Amino acid sequence: MSHANYGIAKHRFDTLVIGAGGGGLRAALQLAQAEATVAVVSKVFPTRSHTVAAQGGMNAALANVSPDNWHWHMYDTVKGSDYLGDQDAIEYMCRAASRLVIELEHMGVPFSRLDNGKIYQRPFGGQSQNFGGAQAARTCAAADRTGHAILHSLYQQNIRAKTHFFDEFFAVDLLLDDEGYVLGALVLEIETGEPLIIEAKTTLLATGGVGQLFRTNTNAAINTGDGMGMALRAGIPVQDMEFFQFHPTGIAGKGMLMSEGARGEGGYLINKDGERFMERYAPQAKDLASRDVVSRAIATEVREGRGCGEKGDYVLLKLDHLDPEVIMKRLPGIRDMAMTFAHVDPIDKPIPVFPTAHYTMGGIPTDRFGQVVVPVNQGAAEPVPGLYAVGECACVSVHGANRLGGNSLLDIVVFGRAAGNKITEYLGESRYHRPMGRQYVDKALGHLARWDKRGKGESVGALRDALQRTMEHYCGVFRIENVLAEGLAKVLEIEKRLEDVRLQDHSKIFNTARIEALELENLVSLAVATVTSALARQESRGAHTRIDYPDRDDERWLKHTLFYREGRRLDYKPVTTKPLTVDSFPPKPRVY
Amino acid sequence: MATFEQNPEASDAQRARLAWQCRRGMKELDLLLQSFLDALFDGLSQNERRAFDLLLRYPDPVLLEYLMGRMVPVDREMADVVLKIRRNG
Ligand SMILES: Cc1cc2nc3c(=O)[nH]c(=O)nc-3n(C[C@H](O)[C@H](O)[C@H](O)COP(=O)(O)OP(=O)(O)OC[C@H]3O[C@@H](n4cnc5c(N)ncnc54)[C@H](O)[C@@H]3O)c2cc1C
Repeated sequence: MSHANYGIAKHRFDTLVIGAGGGGLRAALQLAQAEATVAVVSKVFPTRSHTVAAQGGMNAALANVSPDNWHWHMYDTVKGSDYLGDQDAIEYMCRAASRLVIELEHMGVPFSRLDNGKIYQRPFGGQSQNFGGAQAARTCAAADRTGHAILHSLYQQNIRAKTHFFDEFFAVDLLLDDEGYVLGALVLEIETGEPLIIEAKTTLLATGGVGQLFRTNTNAAINTGDGMGMALRAGIPVQDMEFFQFHPTGIAGKGMLMSEGARGEGGYLINKDGERFMERYAPQAKDLASRDVVSRAIATEVREGRGCGEKGDYVLLKLDHLDPEVIMKRLPGIRDMAMTFAHVDPIDKPIPVFPTAHYTMGGIPTDRFGQVVVPVNQGAAEPVPGLYAVGECACVSVHGANRLGGNSLLDIVVFGRAAGNKITEYLGESRYHRPMGRQYVDKALGHLARWDKRGKGESVGALRDALQRTMEHYCGVFRIENVLAEGLAKVLEIEKRLEDVRLQDHSKIFNTARIEALELENLVSLAVATVTSALARQESRGAHTRIDYPDRDDERWLKHTLFYREGRRLDYKPVTTKPLTVDSFPPKPRVY
Repeated sequence: MATFEQNPEASDAQRARLAWQCRRGMKELDLLLQSFLDALFDGLSQNERRAFDLLLRYPDPVLLEYLMGRMVPVDREMADVVLKIRRNG
């Protein structure tokens, strides 16, 4: 299958899947089972994808623990999205959820069970019965290893279905022809440093989120938004990048997640005066209010000088009033994490915490079939031929302005499968690979060659550090016009400085420095997209909080942002408020 | 991916490979493994390097159990390396 071409090895498949997290693997499985030839490229070994970190679980209205149905789940998701989610896609996802959980179970995911043998479900924030009524329990979990169990099962199934894996290969750029068809990608074998062309009739991006945009984040180092960066370089916009979810309680300065479980067991937050400040911000729900509310409260305490520590830049999560037994039995993971990374035993002392960047709501615009869609000449959105995207790198959009916990694992499985089906349909109509002109490859090779330049220059690490600090400071939990404008100037300056970055290590074998340089390019382009989109959106909605525009403004801003790299152009497209079969949920104030 | 036993690599190449393989799906592991590699790898004996290499082949949730001290590897050499990683963390 492999033959030389311009001195570069080339492989041909029906479909190239870039990314081996839950999204990529679910799609690959659907395709391999439909007898397509599928290549999956992943920069790390597949089961080391970030999906492995998801512990909480996956939502589906199975109604095993509380009364439930998909329509209530849909309502919660629309409301959680602060009405920016597309209701056709949300209905599709919530309806598919139960069937796909059962399907995962049949693939071998060991979901935790109730005594009656049914799948156990835990309550999570934002879940309600009967359209905003009593708390629902909708999250299915395989102990605290749900993500791992899903990833592992999907990987095994793919091996069985003969999916072809390229492990430790880094995708550099999409290859497009003059008519805008996507023909595959240029990838780099990390072990040898050699480029490789993977030619495919269809390409699916499933590269995950971009948590590394911010200094303090919960994400693995691999989450650098590569697929979104590749899309931007190919002239495709990214959607709704201003919406980034901050989890309220990350270990201060480090970012690791201290899950809601700690507050669920009776832990609470205090400021430097020892005051339980959440009582002021959310008198009812207090420390268990929704993520965006608690994040804003913590950031406000710090901004207004009530933060703890020498620099006053964090608050404390207090558990030391709880029975040590409770901490050891119910929160062992949190205790281990606090001891390892904050060097604090929560039995004796409170844990320093601050909001931490957690989830990328924005991404590559797609429809509910996973097709990448872009508006053409002011008209309706049309598919980019041959290109698909799913998972955290995509924006369907089911999460809108704010994702609900447990909806992301659902998203990747539902839309991974849907994209697999859509691609199978397309493959049925497209018998041949389109010609791969040399010029298409040259462009990507030129990009890669840029990093062969030698000489003195700034280091990748230093510039990445500057970028992450800038994003945290100028485009974090709270945003305001003049600070964002300053932030944009800083990010653009960093973009300029990127040209002067040089690698000191030009070796070929497992050259991590080169990969980090390519990742930094992606991060920088997404930082520009995020700040530009945030500066333009003059309202507060979901995770995007503008101090100068504190209210949601449906009249002007009930629309999706599209950011194009060329000219840093912004465009907007309407939110799909019409579901598939049920009545629309019109925007209402979002109170919990 | 050749195993250490089949093909003992030059030290630089081995370090380069392991540096990439310290990239995991969980932030906690990234931090502990990468800072260990940076701070202590060069001073490890051949046997300790081999143990570290084998350790990195475990799935992320198992690695997390080891590095949080909730489980201890049966292999003595590996258990020692785990302890070094934990102390460095
Ligand atoms: C700490 C934590 C806990 C979470 N808990 C939950 C939870 O309980 N429930 C829930 O629903 N969600 C949870 N989430 C969110 C959820 O885990 C992710 O959104 C989801 O797993 C993303 O899956 P994915 O398939 O889109 O991408 P990922 O799993 O991130 O996979 C991306 C893949 O792309 C590959 N890749 C990336 N760039 C390149 C490149 N240039 N070349 C080649 N390959 C590349 C990677 O190697 C990887 O295989 C959590 C997130 C975090 C950070």
